[in-house]
Amino acid sequence: MNAQPYFLEHIWLIPLFPLATAAVMLFYGRRLSNQIVSWLCSGSVFLSFIFSVGAFFQLIAKPSGERIATKVLFEWIPAVTYHLLDGRIAKFIAEWGFQIDPLSCVMILIVTGVGFLIHIYSTGYMAHEGGYYRFFGYLNLFMFSMLMLVLANNLLVLFVGWEGVGTCSYLLIGFYFHKKSASDAGKKAFIVNRVGDAGFLLGIFLTSALLGTVRFVEIGPALAAGGFAIGDPRITAIALLFFVGATGKSAQIPLYVWLPDAMEGPTPVSALIHAATMVTAGVYMVARSSAIFDRAPMAMTVVAIIGTLTALFAATIGIAQTDIKKVLAYSTVSQLGYMFMACGVGAFSAGIFHLMTHAFFKGLLFLAAGSVIHGVGGEQDMRKMGGLRQYMPVTFATMGIGTLAIAGIPPLAGFWSKDEILWKAFNAGWVYWLIGVMTALITSFYMFRLMYMTFGGEYRGGPAVPDAKHESADAPALHDKRGHDGHGHGEPHESSWVMLGPLVVLAILSFVGGLVGIGGRFEHFLAPVFQGTAAAELAYQTAGEAASHTTEYLLMGVSVSVAFLGWLLAYLLYSRRPELPARIAHSLGGLYEAVVHKYYIDELYAALFVKPLIDGSTTILWHGVDQGVIDAAVNDTASAANHVSDAARHMQSGNLRSYAGWIAAGGAAVIAYMVWMGVR
Amino acid sequence: MVPVDHYLWLSLALFTIGVIGVLTRRNVIIILMSIELILNAVNINLVAFSHMFGSVDGQVFAIFIITDAAAEAAVGLGIILAFFRNRETLLADEMDMLKW
Repeated sequence: MNAQPYFLEHIWLIPLFPLATAAVMLFYGRRLSNQIVSWLCSGSVFLSFIFSVGAFFQLIAKPSGERIATKVLFEWIPAVTYHLLDGRIAKFIAEWGFQIDPLSCVMILIVTGVGFLIHIYSTGYMAHEGGYYRFFGYLNLFMFSMLMLVLANNLLVLFVGWEGVGTCSYLLIGFYFHKKSASDAGKKAFIVNRVGDAGFLLGIFLTSALLGTVRFVEIGPALAAGGFAIGDPRITAIALLFFVGATGKSAQIPLYVWLPDAMEGPTPVSALIHAATMVTAGVYMVARSSAIFDRAPMAMTVVAIIGTLTALFAATIGIAQTDIKKVLAYSTVSQLGYMFMACGVGAFSAGIFHLMTHAFFKGLLFLAAGSVIHGVGGEQDMRKMGGLRQYMPVTFATMGIGTLAIAGIPPLAGFWSKDEILWKAFNAGWVYWLIGVMTALITSFYMFRLMYMTFGGEYRGGPAVPDAKHESADAPALHDKRGHDGHGHGEPHESSWVMLGPLVVLAILSFVGGLVGIGGRFEHFLAPVFQGTAAAELAYQTAGEAASHTTEYLLMGVSVSVAFLGWLLAYLLYSRRPELPARIAHSLGGLYEAVVHKYYIDELYAALFVKPLIDGSTTILWHGVDQGVIDAAVNDTASAANHVSDAARHMQSGNLRSYAGWIAAGGAAVIAYMVWMGVR
Repeated sequence: MVPVDHYLWLSLALFTIGVIGVLTRRNVIIILMSIELILNAVNINLVAFSHMFGSVDGQVFAIFIITDAAAEAAVGLGIILAFFRNRETLLADEMDMLKW
C-alpha cells in the first residue's frame, strides 16, 4: 500500500486538474480571452492524460495479480457501527478514496485521451459561439465528474461522479438555453436520469444494509462472508437496482428516450458525453459491480435481454432518421446495447473492450458529423447534404474509417470488439447471437446510408441563406456576426485543421484500436478485476472452450459478410437507385411511419407518465393542495382579519360626539355588568 | 338631616343632563359646559358621602376636582379659541379630523 510509484500515488490529481480549470472558468472565465480559455482547459485535460498514461505504465509494470492501487484522501462519512439486515454488526465508512486497477485505467485513458482530443476540436468548433468560457467550464467540470466516477474506490464516491456527469450533461445539452427545444431536452435528460438514479441509490442503500461496505474491493469478500448463495433474491435485487441506474445513464430500454433528444447540445458535447464517455458509465458500473452480478444469474439474464433488445430496437429506428446526429444517437443507444449484452452474458471484458473501441469510432463519427454540420452552415438534415466528398475530403476519409469501424469491417476496431461480443453471446445462447448479427446488418446499413446521403451524389443544399440556416440546433443566435455567416455559406467548405487534427487521430485509433484485443491480451489485462467472480463468466468460458475454433471462424465470417451485405444494400438503395427508398417506404406504409416516429415511444411515455403527472400535479397538487389548502389558509386568515378590522374601523369616525358616545356606552356597559354581578 | 340618597338622586340627574349634553349638543362650548355639569355631579357625590361617613377626605377631593375643572375649562377654552381662529366653527360635527 505505502510507497506506490509516483503516478499511482497521485491518481487523485487526475480529476483535480479539470476541476481547477472548471472553477477558474466558472468564476473568472468572463474576463479571460478565448485563447487563454482554450489553453487552460485543454491543458488541464492534457495534464490529466499525462498522469493517466504515467499511471498506466506504472500499473502494468507490476505483476498481474497486484495491479491495484488505492489512495484515500480523507474520511468523508466517519465510521458508524450499525446492524446489518441479518443482524451482524458492521462498521460503515465512506472515504474520499481513489482506486486504480486495470478497469479504471482503461477508463481514464479513454476519458482523458478522447476528452483531450474533443477539447482541441471544440476550440475550433466553438470558436465563434457566445459563452465560450462557459462551454469549456462545463466541459472541464464534466471531465472532473467523469474521472471521479471511474476512479472512485467506493460506491458513494462513484455516485458523486455519477450525479456530477448527469448535471454537466444537463448543462451542456441546454447550452443553447435560449432555444426552447434545447432546454427541454436538457430537462428531459435530467429527469429521465433521475428515475434511473433513484434505482441506483436504492441499490447502494441495500448494498450497505446487506454487505456492510460500499468499497469495491470489499464487496466480493463481504459476499463470501455473508454466505449469500448464487441467485440469492437479495443480491438479485441489488443487481437489478444497479441495472435500473445503468439503463438511465446508458440509455437502455426503457429509459433511452433522453439520448436522441440530447443531440440538441453542441456536437462536441454529443461526441464526448453522449457517445464516448458518460453514457458508458452504466456499462462501467455494471462491470465494476461484476462481483454482485455474478451472484445474480437472473439479473444477468435481464441485462443481456435488455441489452440485446435495445441494440436491435434502436438500430431499426436509426434506419429512418434523416437528422445526421439523430442517426448517430440511435446508433449509440444500439452499441450500448451490445455492451450490455456482453456484460449480461458474463463477458465483462468484451463489453469494456467494445466500450473502448466505441469511444474511438463513435467519438470520431460525431466529430466528423460536427465538421459536416460546421461545413454546411448548421444544416443537420442529411436530405439537404450530399456530394460533400469533394468539398470536405479529410472529413470524408476520417468519417469513412469510422463507418467501416462501426460496421465491423476487419481489421478496424469495431470488428474485433463486436466479434468478441458476438462470440461470447453465441456461447451463452444463439438467440443473442442472431439478434446481434441482425443488429450488425442494420448498423452497417444505416451507417453507409448516412455516408451515401452525406458525401455521395450531388450537393442538395443549394446556396445557403445564412439566416434561414441558423434555426437548426448547431447554429446558435448568440454567436457574433463574424461567425458562421462570415464564411459565406454558398458552398460547403472543409473545416480548419484544429478540428481535422482530432479527427485524424481518432481515425487512426479507430483503425488500430482493436488490435490490442488480438489473442485475448485486453481480456487478460482486465482479468484480475473480474477474477474471483466465480460463477457466470467461468461457466461461459468453459462453454466457449468446448466450442471449436471452426465455429468461431464461421461466426466471424457470418458477421463480416453481414457487414458487407449492409454496405451493399445501402449502396444499392442510396447510391445506385436513390429513388428506390422512397418507394419502399411508401409500400411499407404504417410500419415505415412507426419507425420514422420512433415507434411512438415518446408519445406513449407522454400519455402514460408525463400527462397523468402533469394533470395530477395541476388538479390535485396545484389547484387542490397548493391553492385549495395552503394558499387558502393564508388568504382566509388575512381576509378574516380584514373583515373584523373593517367592522371595528368604523368606530373611529373622527366625530367627537361619537367618541363621547362610545365612552358613555362603555361606561354604561361596565356599570351594568357590575350591577348584574353584584358589586363587590 | 337630608338622607344621602337625595343627594345621590340630584347627582344622578345632574350627571345624566351632563352626559346628554355632551352627546347631543353640537356646540363645543356647550359640550364643555356639560362636562362641568358631570364634574359637579361627582363633587356632590363626594361631598355627600364625606358627610355621611364623617370624613373630610371626600371634601378634599371635591376641592381638587374644582381646581382641576377650572384648569380644564381654561385649557379647553384656549383650544376652542385656537380652533375657531383656524376653522371658523364651533360645531363638534365639523371637528372630524381625528380619524383613521
